[in-house]
Amino acid sequence: MTATVETLEAMERPPVTMGPRIEGELLEVSMGPQHPSTHGVFRMNVALEGEIVRKLKPVFGYLHRNHEKIGENTSYLGSMPYTDRLDYFCSMTNNWAYALSVEKLAGIEVPERAQYLRIILAELTRLQNHASLLGFLLNDMGAWGTPLMYAFREREKILDLFESLSGSRMMCDYMRFGGCRCDTPSGWIEQAINIVDRFPRFIDELEQLVVANEVVIGRTQNVGALSRELAINAGITGPMLRACGVNYDIRKVDSYGFYPQFKFRIPLGEHGDTYDRLMLRVLEMRESLSILQQAFAQIQPGPIMNPKVKIRAFRPPVGEAYGRIEAPKGELGFYLISDGGPNPYRYRVRPPSFINLTVLEDLCLGHTVADVMVILGSVDIVMGEVDR
Amino acid sequence: MIGSGILKGMAVTARNFVGSYFDKERLITVQYPEERDPLPENYRNFPFLIYDSDDPHAGLRCVACKICEKECPPQCIYIVKSDDKKPDYMGKPQFYPKVFDIDISVCMSCQICVEVCPFEAIKMDKDFELSKRERFDALLLRKEELSKSNQYYHKIHPIEAAAVDNNLADAAAAAEAKKKAAAEAAAKAAVAKAASSAAATSATPVKSAPAAPSSSEASS
Repeated sequence: MTATVETLEAMERPPVTMGPRIEGELLEVSMGPQHPSTHGVFRMNVALEGEIVRKLKPVFGYLHRNHEKIGENTSYLGSMPYTDRLDYFCSMTNNWAYALSVEKLAGIEVPERAQYLRIILAELTRLQNHASLLGFLLNDMGAWGTPLMYAFREREKILDLFESLSGSRMMCDYMRFGGCRCDTPSGWIEQAINIVDRFPRFIDELEQLVVANEVVIGRTQNVGALSRELAINAGITGPMLRACGVNYDIRKVDSYGFYPQFKFRIPLGEHGDTYDRLMLRVLEMRESLSILQQAFAQIQPGPIMNPKVKIRAFRPPVGEAYGRIEAPKGELGFYLISDGGPNPYRYRVRPPSFINLTVLEDLCLGHTVADVMVILGSVDIVMGEVDR
Repeated sequence: MIGSGILKGMAVTARNFVGSYFDKERLITVQYPEERDPLPENYRNFPFLIYDSDDPHAGLRCVACKICEKECPPQCIYIVKSDDKKPDYMGKPQFYPKVFDIDISVCMSCQICVEVCPFEAIKMDKDFELSKRERFDALLLRKEELSKSNQYYHKIHPIEAAAVDNNLADAAAAAEAKKKAAAEAAAKAAVAKAASSAAATSATPVKSAPAAPSSSEASS
């Protein structure tokens, strides 16, 4: 996963010299929570030696809104729209993870068409999440709006699909335990096929724009390298883990839904640096396209909802369940304990971007402040999910 | 060559810039207040109450059962049940909401009230230009502001509204048929009773015998 461009000697980072100063004096700077590059209200207390980061302490909780406690005081159905607000870029995968854990808890079967639709929606979500992430990452690098606007243009087409299906662009609230809320409107699948068929043009252009771009290479290669051991020990999942070369994808490992019936490959990185994380997402988008094409070929008309499931006054049996899926950002899991009542006794979210954020200090030490923004962008956080 | 990557990137930018003049796919924005994209059929924004016919009070479908109030996740619905009853679309006397408020500054447009409503009385609106100048209770919608006619519902969700109307017509027809059957049964039973009593008074037990099975048939 290295670019076919010769690296510039001149582009190697020159040693930072700051002129005469007291050795060992650190300047503490609070970056955020209103910093434009922190992807929301995220704050980092960095101790700087010149421009080099020597210590970094992430501070979060500015967007905390008691998601788990609300989940314990709301009915099982009532938590579904709240899950949209976790990672507001990928509400469909959040819905799926929650629906999956409730289905595990109550032993609910999902009809075939709903399973295919869920895969289609999850992969469309992955496409738009990765596209907008790459746009934001380049924006953090100083490419200003251009790649971000191209990414948002493609994302907009996918959001239009979500809107015509579920009624809302971002807060879809589409899935239910035992299926999906409503069937696709007429012509929706054709529209989706059309958009998916045209998506590779965007990926090609994005690759031309960034893959061999000397500035991108200079800013990302060997920046924020994450070692395989640290990634595994810290519980990193998703593209960040795979960029280190660890072959772990829950779609393959846990084979939830109908994923075992699909043929797709898991792209792996090698160095675990920011460039690998960036490129891995480009490759994942291509794999998502192939999954989508298979799903469009296989989806059949049929019922969309398990008729046995009672949506209102839903009381699962006593027990506990952990449902997890491969969300675009990593392993998203919901852990539910039921005491037989209408509300869960315990409702716990395992958010991928929060846990991926725990290694931020290790990634950033020794790099400049400008690199911190790029590394943070490549971790792919959404504060709605980090703070819950 | 160093710099070729940047030049390639510039070529992409140029292609997008020129393409935005010719290719509809490269320029998907619209000049909002003047131009508008059509909203999809399924678009949802905030809930409203449906009334049949022309009278928002007499035709209101809501029977103040308070299921939506109970199920609403952010609890933005407030209902007070009426003391008296009014006839609903099937002519059955039902309660109606004396107070029905939705605080749309709290509502999160999740559509759960629509899903749980057994009377097809609450549906999602498509009006999204709702900003108000007042600071406090301008976004607390009262029953009068929430009540909208079935024609309006047909205008904003044509496919869904047609399906709902069909369901309601079927339910009304079924209820009507049931009522008719019950009335017929009652009439038959009355006739049979009259006949049997007539038979009893004329003291000819042979005649009353066929009346008994017919009355049991009607009641079943």
